[in-house]
Amino acid sequence: MSATPTRAVIAALIRKDLRRELRTQESLPAMALFSVTTFVLFHFGLDARSLEGDLAAGVFWVTMLFAAVLAINRQFVAEREEGGFDGFLLAPVDRTALFVAKAAVLFGFLVALQVVAVPAFAILLLEPSPGPGLPELAGMLLLADAGIAVVGTLVGALAVQTRAREVIVPLLALPLMIPVVIAAARGTAPLWLEAGAAAVEGRWPLILGLYDLVFGLLAYAVFDYLLDE
Amino acid sequence: MTHAKFSRGLVPLSVLSVVLLVGGFAMVFFYAPNEADQGFVQKIFYLHVPLAIVALCGFVAGGIYGIRFLRKGDRTDDLRSYVAIHISLILAIGALITGSIWAKASWGSWWVWDEPTLVSFLIVFLLYACYQPLRFSIEDPERQARYAAVFAIVGGAFVPLNFMAVRAADSLIHPRVLGTTGGAMPGSMRLTFLVCLAGMAALFITLNKYELTSKQATFALRSLRRRLAGDDDWVPVRRSAAPQL
Repeated sequence: MSATPTRAVIAALIRKDLRRELRTQESLPAMALFSVTTFVLFHFGLDARSLEGDLAAGVFWVTMLFAAVLAINRQFVAEREEGGFDGFLLAPVDRTALFVAKAAVLFGFLVALQVVAVPAFAILLLEPSPGPGLPELAGMLLLADAGIAVVGTLVGALAVQTRAREVIVPLLALPLMIPVVIAAARGTAPLWLEAGAAAVEGRWPLILGLYDLVFGLLAYAVFDYLLDE
Repeated sequence: MTHAKFSRGLVPLSVLSVVLLVGGFAMVFFYAPNEADQGFVQKIFYLHVPLAIVALCGFVAGGIYGIRFLRKGDRTDDLRSYVAIHISLILAIGALITGSIWAKASWGSWWVWDEPTLVSFLIVFLLYACYQPLRFSIEDPERQARYAAVFAIVGGAFVPLNFMAVRAADSLIHPRVLGTTGGAMPGSMRLTFLVCLAGMAALFITLNKYELTSKQATFALRSLRRRLAGDDDWVPVRRSAAPQL
């Protein structure tokens, strides 16, 4: 029934969000700055000059998660306040296109954030160089980002219509993302050992992949119901 | 809004849960043998595990009612989902407290992080503790019901996934009573456990029915009052996390 192919709709929505971010710069700079500040906080909080292994992975992933919450908070605000939802609902297009586009943009934000945050973490806190295990690290980052993007978009859409958005987002998103933290932190810890990068156990990427798949399908199925006006 | 819908079978069900629970606990103290390692303390198992299992099933049931609500749009399904999650939350608090007591008695500390089942249970509890705040922060009742259903479905899918992730993360010191590994429970203990589990399930269903009946009576009373007062004295219902029929 829709005249425009869904792929074109998604591309248009992604372009719109990226242009918005480029002009207002309300998410990415804040996320990057927040991450670096949190690394500094951890330096003082843990009284550690350098971190390695489990501790490094934990600090890194918790920081990424909190930075993601900042973006999730802002994700649908423009849609709600400036009538973007109405415009989108009036257009004869597939509604899940909005979900796919928003999740893709959040995924892009997280990747862009990590392009900054991983080197910053390596300089500030991480003792062994992340160089040797870089391909594995990139794989874990992408898998975890996909999970955070999917669940984050769902929670963002759920929370934007409530009266207490800033409270609801972290309260819902953080417990939902605990499996991501478990798998991502356990999966990156061996890459950051002081003795040199060790092999990543296969079950961690597997769990992340399963998480992405399950919540991706689930979000795809229920997202429609979050839009009806 | 028929009145007899939820209250049907309430009396026999109440009797059944009392009989099963009293019988189950009598079996716990007089029939089931003391466990060799932990002795008497282990008997909290007959309360803790049924509480946890029934609470998790209740959360999943809330998700299933959520699916039904989204597909058919029947507001009573929203009410069922809400009540199932509400009662499960109360049972979950009980499971956390009894689990903590058991951990203190047998491992010497109130909270044991390397015990995956208890940890995943805490995570699930933290997630569902946000169910009512979420409902309360949405004013439009129709939207509240829809969003709560989405939450219930996501939560219901999260329960098994979370258990898997936490279990993968830890060494296994929790006794896996019903699994294939290490489930060497003698017949008398297994029977006692099953009776306790059935009793807890019956209690859950009974409490659900009571709560649903009570909610329905409140709604009926409100609509009668409204009719009595006429349109002039109409007072808007105050905002609530509970579904309004």
